[in-house]
Amino acid sequence: MARKQSSCISYQKWGYIFLIPFFLVFLTFTLIPLISTFYNSFFENYMSGLSQVGPNFIAFDNYKALFSNSDLLTYTKNTMIIWLMGFVPQIIVSLLLASWFTDLRLRIRAAGFFKTVIYLPNLIMAAAFSMLFFTIFSDIGPVNDILISMGIIKEPFRFLSNVTATRSLIALMNFLMWFGNTSILLMAGMMGIDTNLFEAAEVDGAKASQIFRKITLPLLKPILLYVLITSLIGGIQLFDVPQVLTNGNGSPNNTSTTLIMYLNKHLYSKNYGMSGALSVILFIITSILSLIVYFSFTKKNRMEGGKKR
Amino acid sequence: MKKNTGMTGLVIRRIFCYIFLIVLTIICLFSFYILLINSTRYHAEITRGFSLLPGKAFFHNLKNLLADANLPVLRGMRNSFIIATASAVLTTYFSSLTAYAIHAYDFKGKKAIFSFILMIMMIPTQVTALGFVNLIRSMNLMNTFWPLIIPGIAAPVVFFFMKQYMESSLPLEIIEAGRIDGAHEFKTFNRIVMPIMKPAIAVQLIFSFTSSWNNYFVPSLIINKRDMKTLPILIAQLRSADFLKFDIGKVYIMIALSIFPVVIVYLILSKSIVQGVALGSVKG
Repeated sequence: MARKQSSCISYQKWGYIFLIPFFLVFLTFTLIPLISTFYNSFFENYMSGLSQVGPNFIAFDNYKALFSNSDLLTYTKNTMIIWLMGFVPQIIVSLLLASWFTDLRLRIRAAGFFKTVIYLPNLIMAAAFSMLFFTIFSDIGPVNDILISMGIIKEPFRFLSNVTATRSLIALMNFLMWFGNTSILLMAGMMGIDTNLFEAAEVDGAKASQIFRKITLPLLKPILLYVLITSLIGGIQLFDVPQVLTNGNGSPNNTSTTLIMYLNKHLYSKNYGMSGALSVILFIITSILSLIVYFSFTKKNRMEGGKKR
Repeated sequence: MKKNTGMTGLVIRRIFCYIFLIVLTIICLFSFYILLINSTRYHAEITRGFSLLPGKAFFHNLKNLLADANLPVLRGMRNSFIIATASAVLTTYFSSLTAYAIHAYDFKGKKAIFSFILMIMMIPTQVTALGFVNLIRSMNLMNTFWPLIIPGIAAPVVFFFMKQYMESSLPLEIIEAGRIDGAHEFKTFNRIVMPIMKPAIAVQLIFSFTSSWNNYFVPSLIINKRDMKTLPILIAQLRSADFLKFDIGKVYIMIALSIFPVVIVYLILSKSIVQGVALGSVKG
């Protein structure tokens, strides 16, 4: 013990040295930009035609402008609706798949194949995936061809002119890209549950659905919370898919414009004040969500650490 | 008798599971199948209707695409490849180094630093984009690859994965042994720690590569020069150009070129990738 302690002291400085690259890069490319984003949010600074307005210090006027305009509310609503449309089926399907794959009595064959398939869309370039859906679901695309030749519809259905259809397509892509990932996370969580619990329940004559509701779900709570919040943070970042699918218009009529698409518009039009204020709002929301994740799973770690000892 | 009904229940459940899984598989693969088929068909064939069998126009479409001066696809693939490779290498190496610092050494403030990195883990890059672009502009690095490569050195998510892996597979005794042999600390890391980390590094190389390869938001703010554009930027450009009317074959082959390289690598390495996802999860 004494030897170990002394060796720790003599090597201490290497811990700091090895941390230098990380913190140097974090400071330059995340912290400084973050501070400058905050700073910019307090200034009036944009292009009006060819003339530059500002920068003039206007304190919280950008924030007031954001909140008095209905755009922010509309785009928040769009983002949340699309996220929920993808997340609800995602969590249900993932829970089902994870419980089947870990069910010892069910013994799913070719599990490796299915896992490979469901994870595949996660690695696909979102922009290309979205472009692919745009092509497939276009007025003259294969989906309309198939539906017409099967006699389900007579004329091409214009998916991208319909609010629900456009949102559903975005949600479907999001679902496809993330349900495999969630399934695998939940599977890892379920395999961590003591199998004695399941055996005991089975001996007592519990049904599969009862075991799932009374044992699996409560023990999975921390991971479910993690999945929920990381997915929510990911949902707030929703950009590539709707941007490419609607060519940045959020069509029809801005009903699929998300928060980051809104930010992107301000960034492209060089409205530093408004994009700064919007970034700060998004930063605060995501920080609160991250802190919830952080505290919930450090608490869990502490509990498990206690159990081990 | 009771056991018998239990058995039929299990069989019914099993059948239901397989049907569900097969339907999901079809939904997952449906769009990629159409992509595969249609990228090998002529424009006229595609507009005439859908077919389940591939055509013969793969090279025709490819030639058309490569001849298009507005969409420098090969250049885009090269750019994306350079950026993704460089940032994947930097991300995995430096994240391992950072994780090693926290894992192997005891120093003042270590717990606080670890907590800090975990807290900043979820902050999206988009919220710092404004400041980031301004910084890059003032550094005169617009339209270069550096701003897309260097920030990879500070990757909290990869750091966390490496830290988890070290906790399960890097006993401190090995490091101690390396020290007794008189090795320099930095050498110990490169010669002893990195080889042990190989499985984790392989998984993270793939993840970092694909996430950089697929990245659209930040590159689109940094790069607007034709020859520097990455694949996702070209895809977005393809969308805005409304190609559907004159050559759909070209559209399909372009999407195929951005998707299938990753799919092929994934299919070869899928087992370790799927295991890797579980490995980095919050098992606690």
